[in-house]
Amino acid sequence: MTADPVTSERLAITTDGDVVRVRQAVRGLAQGAKLSLVDQTKLVTAASELARNTLIYGGGGEAVLSVEANGRRTGVRVEFRDDGPGIPDLDLAMTDGWTSGSGLGLGLSGARRLVEHFEIDTGPGRGTRVVIASWSR
Amino acid sequence: MPAADAARLAAILQDRRGEIGAAWLDRVVTELQGRITRAEAEREQTEIFDALVGGLLAGGERLDAPSFDSLRSLLSDLSATRARLGFTPRETAVGVFALKEGLYDIAGRGDTERVDDVAALLRLVDDLGLFTFESFAAAREGIISEQAEQLLELSTPVVKLWEGVVAVPLVGTLDSARTQVVMEKLLQTLVETGSEHAIIDITGVPAVDTQVAQHLLKTVVAARLMGAECTISGIRPQIAQTIVALGIEFGDIRTKATLADALVAALRANGSARTAAAVAGA
Repeated sequence: MTADPVTSERLAITTDGDVVRVRQAVRGLAQGAKLSLVDQTKLVTAASELARNTLIYGGGGEAVLSVEANGRRTGVRVEFRDDGPGIPDLDLAMTDGWTSGSGLGLGLSGARRLVEHFEIDTGPGRGTRVVIASWSR
Repeated sequence: MPAADAARLAAILQDRRGEIGAAWLDRVVTELQGRITRAEAEREQTEIFDALVGGLLAGGERLDAPSFDSLRSLLSDLSATRARLGFTPRETAVGVFALKEGLYDIAGRGDTERVDDVAALLRLVDDLGLFTFESFAAAREGIISEQAEQLLELSTPVVKLWEGVVAVPLVGTLDSARTQVVMEKLLQTLVETGSEHAIIDITGVPAVDTQVAQHLLKTVVAARLMGAECTISGIRPQIAQTIVALGIEFGDIRTKATLADALVAALRANGSARTAAAVAGA
């Protein structure tokens, strides 16, 4: 993905209220980037899932939001970072319906299906970093 | 500070009342331009000044002394009023801290025998200022928690749509606290109205993620346990596509695109086929 960041915003995720703030900020950027209504909703929902994972499983962290231009398409990229315990078995964590907590077990796997670009970097003891991005059509 | 000192401090304030009062008033009126009138500021100051002098004359040494009771209640009332009127913390505290203006002038003239007394008065004013801040913050916190409660109540009405049909139009973010309130109110209303159909309308919910879905599912299951059939309505196209992509299964829970569809379905199921036809035809 060769893209120039246009603007970027950093939000801490330490409380439930922060999850709402991340969601609102992502929605604002997605509207500004002229994503379709469906893509906006999908991106916002994915961001909501990942922000909550950062809070609950990562013990808090931060989200970095940016708008990027890629030729004629503009996109919204969100990176979630935490210094939590990391995910020991990524394949298992990406399985639908599997959860180490009390949720539905669809957040991480579902988020991947909701966005165009998804990458995850994690491992035991080194925290988790997830990047998602969607682009205007 | 023995009682004699307190009386001497009161004497200084009374001797210099004109001077201190004028400097105080000027500062407050400059800071709060447009927020309050000069006459209002003057009235407030007279009250504070009298309570302060009265407390000192009664032998009060520190602000938490009983002789300052009236001053403290005056200041906390004032702070609470300011907080409600939307004054900033600075605008609220300046009303007290500006009392120091006149005292600085007295100290600045190097009236040596009075320096200690003026310092004692300045310390007392600092205490007044801190007290004002605390009262202001407490009043603001009170307002915030009041509003949060009101919002929780406001955003979760359970309405009776028809005989035997109740609906909850959900608006905004659905977190655990709100879901709990919704669930309790819905179940309570089901009992009170003897309804057999509940419609949860999510038209006003901006995004349905796994947490929201989980909360909805739990509410539906709880309603079913009480013998009521639940319909989730107001699922907009973008929400439907998101739910599918996320992989959330709504199972055998009935869902409808609009509240009207859900009402018609509930009435049909209720055996009021004729009424349903009338509503659908209208």
